[in-house]
Parts: sequence; C-alpha cells; structure tokens
Amino acid sequence: MEFNRKDILDMESLSVDEINMILDTAVSMKEISERSIKKVPTLRGKTIILFFYEPSTRTRTSFDIAAKRLSADSISLTGSSSSIVKGETLIDTARNLEAMKPDIIILRHAFAGAPHMLAERLNSAVINAGDGMHAHPTQSLLDLFTVREKKGFIKGLRIAIIGDISHSRVARSNCIGFTKLGADVVLSGPPTMVPKGIESLGVSVAKNIEDAICGADVVMMLRIQKERQKSFFFSTEREYSKVFGLTREKLKNGKSDILIMHPGPVNRGLELASDVMDGDYSIILDQVTNGVAVRMAVLYLVAGGVAHADTD
Amino acid sequence: MLILIKGGRVIDPGRLDGINDILIKDGKIAEISSEGSTAFGSELKVIEAAGKIVTPGLIDMHVHLREPGQEYKETIKTGCAAAARGGFTAICPMPNTNPVNDNRQVTEYIIDKAAREGRIHVYPVGAISKGLKGKALSEYGELKDAGVVALSDDGLPVMNSMLMRRAMEYAGGFGIPIISHCEDLDLAAGGAMNEGDVATCMGLPGIPNASESIIVMRDIAICELTGTSLHIAHVSTKESVHAIRYAKARGIPVTAETAPHYFTLTHDAVENYNTSAKMNPPLRTEADREAVRQGLADGTIDVIATDHAPHALYEKDVEFELAANGVAGLETSLPLSLQLVEDGLLSLTDLIDRMSKAPARILGIENSLKAGAPADITIIDLKKAYIINASNFLSLGKNTPFDGMHVKGAAAVTIVGGEIVWEAV
Repeated sequence: MEFNRKDILDMESLSVDEINMILDTAVSMKEISERSIKKVPTLRGKTIILFFYEPSTRTRTSFDIAAKRLSADSISLTGSSSSIVKGETLIDTARNLEAMKPDIIILRHAFAGAPHMLAERLNSAVINAGDGMHAHPTQSLLDLFTVREKKGFIKGLRIAIIGDISHSRVARSNCIGFTKLGADVVLSGPPTMVPKGIESLGVSVAKNIEDAICGADVVMMLRIQKERQKSFFFSTEREYSKVFGLTREKLKNGKSDILIMHPGPVNRGLELASDVMDGDYSIILDQVTNGVAVRMAVLYLVAGGVAHADTD
Repeated sequence: MLILIKGGRVIDPGRLDGINDILIKDGKIAEISSEGSTAFGSELKVIEAAGKIVTPGLIDMHVHLREPGQEYKETIKTGCAAAARGGFTAICPMPNTNPVNDNRQVTEYIIDKAAREGRIHVYPVGAISKGLKGKALSEYGELKDAGVVALSDDGLPVMNSMLMRRAMEYAGGFGIPIISHCEDLDLAAGGAMNEGDVATCMGLPGIPNASESIIVMRDIAICELTGTSLHIAHVSTKESVHAIRYAKARGIPVTAETAPHYFTLTHDAVENYNTSAKMNPPLRTEADREAVRQGLADGTIDVIATDHAPHALYEKDVEFELAANGVAGLETSLPLSLQLVEDGLLSLTDLIDRMSKAPARILGIENSLKAGAPADITIIDLKKAYIINASNFLSLGKNTPFDGMHVKGAAAVTIVGGEIVWEAV
C-alpha cells in the first residue's frame, strides 16, 4: 500500500488503513530513537518548516527532533517572529514560505481551519500541529500508538476522556481516532465544558467522572486552563480538582490495569493528583517518547515513503 | 419620454392582478388599462412584458453601502447598480458607515450622492445611538428632517435596555420606526458560527439561538411598553419566529424581516471553513430554517431583506474566525426568494408583498401601481434559468455562498421614477 495523502489535517480525513499504516511505520521509527546514533538519511535534502503561531514546547520539539532524525532540514518560525505582526495575512505569509520551496509545512495555529486553508492553496504538504479547538491529529496518532503498544490492540477498549472537552482539539481528534479503530469513547467534564452535539462524533457522555472511569481501560485527562475561570466555565481550582480531578480514590472505580494519559502540559495537582501522575498507571512520558516516532512516521509517509520501508 | 409596458401580468398585492398595459409619462404612472393602451408615437418606448410579472418596485430595507468610509467594499454608485439589477427600486442603507450616519450631514451626503450617482431611491437609516456606541441618543428630529426613514444601530445591538426604551419613546414622537439588530453580546461573545454539532466538530466557537431571541423578546417587551413600531432585523431562529408570532397575536406593533440565506441555507454550508457562509446572525439548523420559512408563509415575518454586506474578497480569504461577516445579497435575492413560490410555500402575490409592499408600509413609502403614482416598477422574468456567477456582480462585493447555484427568475426591467435603470439583455 502506498500513502497518497498530501496533507495530514485531521483524524476525520484519515482512513482506518492510513491510520494503521502510520502506526505500523512508527514501530520501526521508534527503533531508530533507541540507537546510539539516532539518525537515518531518509529525508536528506528535504526542507521542513515548523510554523508555530501558538506557543508550544512539546509538539514543536517533537517535530523538530523527528525531522532531524530523518536528516531533513528543519526551520522553526514562531508567530511573533513572522510577518503576522506586520499585518500580513496567513495565506500571504504561507505563499512567501512556499516560494522558498519547502517540502513540508507544519502549522500550529490558534484558529480552527487554518491548516486546511493552507493545504488547499499550497503545493507543499501541510501537517496540522494543532488548530484552535479543532484538531491535533499527530497527538491522536501518538496516543493511539501508545495505547496499542501497551495493550496490544485498540478495538473494544473503553477510553475515558475527562476535563475541558469544549476547548480541546486533543479530545476531538481522539474521539474520532479511537472510535475509528473500534474503541468506545466516553467523555466527562464540567457541563460548561462539554460542547453541544459532541455525541455526533460517535462518543457518549457520562454524567460524572466516576461513571466515566468505571470499567475504563484508559483514562485521558485534559489540561484545564486557569483563565477559563474568568469566563465562568468553573468556580474555583479547589472545587475543580475535588470534583473533576483524577485522584487515587477515584481510580478505585477503574480496572486494575488502567492506563493514565495526559497530552500535557499537566497542571500538577489540579486535573491530575501528583501521586497519580507519577504512579504506576501513568504512561504520560511514553506518550512523549512515542510522539517522536509517530511524527517521524508522518513526515516520512507524507514525504513520499512507503510502509515498512528499510529505514536504515 | 413615454414608456408602455405591454401585456404583462400586473400584480399589486391587495389591489390588482391581471393582464394590463401600463403607460408611464413624466416619471409617473399615467394609465393602467386592461383594454390595451392606445398610446403611440415616436417618443414611445414599448416594453413587451407578455409572460412576465409587473410589480410595484422591490424595496430592500436592509443593505450596507459602505460609503462614506469603506468605498473599497462598495460605493453608493455600485450598490445602487447592483440593486437595480436585482430588481430593487429602493434600498435602505444602514448607518454603520465611517463616519456613522448619526447626523444630518452624513444623511444629506448619502442622499445627495445617491441622487447624483445612484439612479434608484436611497432611503437612509439613521443611528439609534451616537456613533453606534449605545451611550447617547442621536438627533432623531434632525435625522428625520434630513431624510432618514428608520433608526437602527445595525451591526450592533442596543445592549442597554433603558437606552432602548428611551429610543423607542423618543422615536415614537417623530413617527419613525426602530429596526433592532437582536444579539446579546455577552451570550454571543467569541462565537463564529451557530452553536451545535457542526461547530463542535469543526472546533469553532458557537453562537446560541438564545443570543438572538433573548433580545427579540426584550425588545418586544419594550415595544409593548412604549407603543412605538418595532422592526426586527434578520430573523434567523425558530425561537425568534415564535416570539414575534405571539407578539403579533397580542397586537403589539412589531414587524420582522429575514434574509434569503436564512431560508435557503443551514449551518452545514459552513463546512470546510467556508467563509462565504459566515454572517451574523449565523446560519442555523434545519429546524430554524423551516421555522423562518413558515414565518414567511404565515406573515409572522413581513419582509425579505438582504442584509447586503459587501466585502473585499481578501477579507474573506483568512482564518474563519477572522473573516468578515456577511453576504453580498442584492443580486441574488429575487431568484432565491422566488424559490419559495416554486416550493409552494408562498403565493407569488404574497412574495411580492414581502419584497415591495410590506417594506413600503413599514417605512411609510408610497409604492403602488396606480395612476398618478411614481413609476417605480419591477418587471420580473420568472422563467429565466441561469447559474449565479459572483464575478459578474455589479456590486463590488463578490462574497456569496450562492456562487455556482442554479436558479430561476430575474429582474427583466427595473424602472425608477419613469427611468429604465436596469434592462436585462
């Protein structure tokens, strides 16, 4: 099978076969990161622009390392260092970047649909590294990879996603990604932060966090932004952590081999109790490790590679 | 010049429906005759209207002409040309120009410019509050004297209920209606499209129906309190339709309009971040669209107005949340509205009422096909089938979600004060 997709924009547009192909490719990519010399010449001569309008540490570093391990030349641009501050529109900035002949543009943007706009108009491949509240496909892919790695399969698992669903592109992408691979996704959070019509993604909404955790194989906690308090989404951090935070006590409802995930960055002690974050069930750092492998796979496939290629 | 409109089906809702000839002389209707006119002479221009519909001039009581201040989007001249092509003999530009039309000078500027370059009637709407800021009343007496036919802060609601009350009372004294843009800015804050499953899947912040209906209901209450005529602009939700229907049943002097996009499209049109389908209020659900259509059918909604909102294309070629709101509507309103007749929802007579007589009634403008009346007439070709092509718009605004749509019906001839201002080839 060949990977014929020009862009990676969201989980909705990826087929089950394409998702599996990315995950399978990531297995061999992960092995590269475990070598003493963590570099293969696969993408030598390819130019990759990391175009980040929003601040990001994890995702940007992860993409950057992924590009470098494949020997691509990566250039990093941030919102403040680009022309946006001079009043240039996004599409004009992107056309200027394209004029320098990059192969792949990785875009992180505060507004939903921005990568789609670029993908439609540019010849370069566009990879969405997070657009507003909409999508974060590589995060979903690395989460799928990590769960598959730990459990051996995805189909039939019960995945609880808990917290600020409304503002979370990770939640949306994982609702679609896990559902596509046959898992049951259940959501829970403050009613102010469970958006209308989310069930149309094929997921269910539990009436409280305890119900969501009950029988779950995986619990994915989402970051709560403290600024949301000012727009009346929740009362106090104290109450949030008590009612909606994940504690050892609440985990008693879960399965004995439950996995705890978080896309990061974590508000330690707020949505996730400190001991749970560092506890045995936590696979948060595995997510980060796997992020590099999955992004290597995505870059490799988008740049024209075929599955299971010899990556030496 | 003498004009004879020959053999058309002349419909003046409530007054006239039949095959008639209309003779126009000195800018006025000289004669309407079912016997066949006997006028002749070298000065006589004959318009063959057999098979066509002849109606009182269509009026779009809600447009944005952008002049003064944003002439790159639209000018009075181009907006009027687009209106004439759309079959409109009169339009009412909203006051959110720069400077705002909240004083006599701006009103006079618009009227003068329109008289020189416009070729159709332009009846400005003045601002309810100075600078549209919602802090102080504009000079309604001066504005009326200069020629405004209604007052509105359109584009923005009047959030202060006390100011709205006083505006209604004060306007009542001058006999000018208030047009309300109903939107609770707190409830709608940050929203980019209709709240619901489409917005949730696209990750766009939503605008709930209640942000509109809550102000519709408030303004109906203020209308009842003050007794001044209230006109609700661009109705988009089922709850608003219910509230207006109930208010009318109770005898409160409220009227309402909707725009073609609200009875034609739903929020599904926004898919793929289609900024041409971005407007305020936003496109709603199928249930809302159906309620708006029923509201038009039973007369709860009196008027079809376009909310013509021309923008430069580059203002739409940006991230969805940053894209300008609005649709250039003047050149697509008639065929989209005629579809309601095709769908069996409205009779042709009722549709003509919604597009010509009702706005005239609300604004106190004479608009009848009778001897002695100004010759403001639209001749409609119901059979003309074509594809909407935005790049051919006379409006500077090419922003429309209807580009490429197959439609039927267009203005064949538009006559204003006895002058032919549009004639389709």
